[in-house]
Amino acid sequence: MKNKLIIIITFSFLFFIFFIFYLSLDKEKNYNTKNLVGKKIENFELDLLFTNNKIEVNELSENNFTLINIWASWCAPCRKEHKYLILLKDNKKLKILGINFKDKKNNAKDFLKKLGDPYYYNAEDQSGKKSVKLGVYGIPESILINNELRIIKKFIGPLNNSNYEEILDIIN
Amino acid sequence: MLSNFGNSLIVVNILITLSIIYSVVFCISNEKQTIPKKIWNFSLYQSTISITIFFTLIAGFIISDFSLVTVFQNSHTLKPLFYKISGTWGNHEGSLLLWINIMIIFSYLFLIYNKNSNKNYLFYTLVIQNILIIGFLLFLFINSNPFSLIFPTPKEGMGLNPILQDPALAIHPPLLYVGFVGSSIYFSAGTASLLSGYNGKEFAKSIKPWILVSWIFQTLGILTGSIWAYYELGWGGFWFWDPVENASLMPWFVMTALMHSVIVLEKRNTLYPWVIILCLLTFILSVTGTFLVRSGVLNSVHTFANDPSRGLYILVFLSLMVFSSLIIFFYKYQKYSYNFNANSKETFILVNNWFMAFFLVTILIGTTYPIFIEVIKKINISVGPPFYNILIIPIIIPFLIFMTFGPKAKWIKNKFSSFKSLTLLVIAATFLNILISNFFKSYSILSNIVITSSIFLILNSVLDLVKIFKKKRSFDFPRIISHLGFGFLVLFIGISHNFSIEKDFNIKIGETKLFKSYEINFESLETETRKNYKAVVGHFNIKNLSNLNEENARPEIRIYNNPETLTYEAFIKSKLTHDIYITMSNINRSEYYNIKFQKKPFMLWIWFSVLMISFGGFLRLIKNEK
Repeated sequence: MKNKLIIIITFSFLFFIFFIFYLSLDKEKNYNTKNLVGKKIENFELDLLFTNNKIEVNELSENNFTLINIWASWCAPCRKEHKYLILLKDNKKLKILGINFKDKKNNAKDFLKKLGDPYYYNAEDQSGKKSVKLGVYGIPESILINNELRIIKKFIGPLNNSNYEEILDIIN
Repeated sequence: MLSNFGNSLIVVNILITLSIIYSVVFCISNEKQTIPKKIWNFSLYQSTISITIFFTLIAGFIISDFSLVTVFQNSHTLKPLFYKISGTWGNHEGSLLLWINIMIIFSYLFLIYNKNSNKNYLFYTLVIQNILIIGFLLFLFINSNPFSLIFPTPKEGMGLNPILQDPALAIHPPLLYVGFVGSSIYFSAGTASLLSGYNGKEFAKSIKPWILVSWIFQTLGILTGSIWAYYELGWGGFWFWDPVENASLMPWFVMTALMHSVIVLEKRNTLYPWVIILCLLTFILSVTGTFLVRSGVLNSVHTFANDPSRGLYILVFLSLMVFSSLIIFFYKYQKYSYNFNANSKETFILVNNWFMAFFLVTILIGTTYPIFIEVIKKINISVGPPFYNILIIPIIIPFLIFMTFGPKAKWIKNKFSSFKSLTLLVIAATFLNILISNFFKSYSILSNIVITSSIFLILNSVLDLVKIFKKKRSFDFPRIISHLGFGFLVLFIGISHNFSIEKDFNIKIGETKLFKSYEINFESLETETRKNYKAVVGHFNIKNLSNLNEENARPEIRIYNNPETLTYEAFIKSKLTHDIYITMSNINRSEYYNIKFQKKPFMLWIWFSVLMISFGGFLRLIKNEK
């Protein structure tokens, strides 16, 4: 009797595991973010980098367009794309939200001091958990959203000249 | 041309494998007591053809036959010959072919080495192993064919990812595969033992060498993988608890547990059901690991081209394997009585198994938990090093202590005798530990206890060695080497984990940075064009102010053409006492370069300790053969 119970438990447990594995195959790939384009991003809060305040993602709907840029001082390609962010800084239709990702505050400050601060909002994500909500798995990554908070375009990897021109095309 | 040749050989091998299964089943049902000539021939053909298929693919890589998709996607004419060859198993299709080769060769060798064993047992083993082989051959042929054609034939290949062009990584897959694919043979033997009723001491003897071989290679495979991560990935670490690393570590724990408990089965003829469970579990975990990595369910540094249909195939195969072996197990399971004395070698070996089970479960949960959470709650999470550190590090302490006492215990009933000398050893270990932390001027309770217990194990093993040389008793020698190696491993990881120096700064040419007892001078920058990449080489001078040693460091930024990639090549100077580790990355539109400087004590000794662990296994293997 006891033996039967063990058998039943073992088998149902294994069935459960295999079922979950099967489901995990079926779903959209973990962290595949390309399909997020066109979707509305959900609201969440971010801590600001230099002050103790917070910013809600919903506030971004005040802007015509927002470019969310996820960066870190330790990320070499982030340095590469920085000049394009600086070029976009003074555009009237676009505000840039920088999310400093898994970084040390002092290093982040030094980085912006040396290379310039293109960000209208400076937020941080020291644990890397919040960026996951935006479907970010590696940095740098930039997400262009409109005033309905819908994702218009995602740029995975450093922005380059053609990305820069594309952004200008979209917002004009 | 190669494509047709390769494909027809795969079909021939599928047919031969089916013939083996058919003729062996015929032998079983007719209760034959000899191995027919036919089976010998078929097995020989099967191995020969399988090796030929593999060499055909290697030839495809060497002559850069880009009509094959696999070659096109993973090779390039300008790649050095060595990496053209190693590229063969650096991709999904080729590595699966290697996998099948190992299964087939092991099957043939098992037949040769066990030709005098119980015939029923041998036949069952062959049937099951060949059913597994068929499963993978079909997978190879239908879903992951290395000989698929691409039309029109491209002029040039896409190249092998430069971070894979590394000697340690070239030998890493073959070593690791002999390890965890080799475990298929005792999966088959374990099931065969249940079916044929061939159990006990003789069964233990027949699988023991195979467990050892796979364990040795698994250890070496993990070692080369982690050496690669250390030298090539440029993060300054050697273990990241990445899902792939975990996938190779999980079977290793089961193998280690099995290696120990099979001795109990051999000497005392007990623990049989447990040994069988471990036999089954090793290969099941190997295939599970393959599923997790190849299906794209988990993301990690091993970027095989992911494809859910592959995952589905492996999953179906895996579940068939698990359920049928379990059904056989429960159907054939009998109650065995255990009469262990609590204080005996048997008990201590069981204790080893508990620890292995604990490590296994911890890592299994850490690896698969994100999958479950994502499916059930739709949340993405990742389990990082803190989880493993919290759970594993404290448990290492009692583990090391048991590892010290266990092997000294006697079979059946043990008596503790030398309390005095043990106390002395504890004192000596603590004293040495105080010296170490004093030398590095850093202190943390947990890591110090870990270091103390590892020194305790080391001292004990050294003492055992001395005893052996005095008495000329050599039986325990391999065990002591492995345990000593493990003691060293924990010690050196502990030291390097706690006493590394790390500094991150920006610097421009001509500048000098001072910190702690180091002075780093950025002398100049040179650009060199090499065979398949361009290199920007930084010239640094590192001066250690405490002993005035000087060191020239040359970290590089490499720009590869095919495929176009930027890699940061760390400069690593390995010395007996420490490694100096420097990486350099450029800061655009600025004359500054970002430098990561690390001094890691005793890195070479970590590799050496692992070598020592597997060397112990090797010694045991030779001694068994005699």
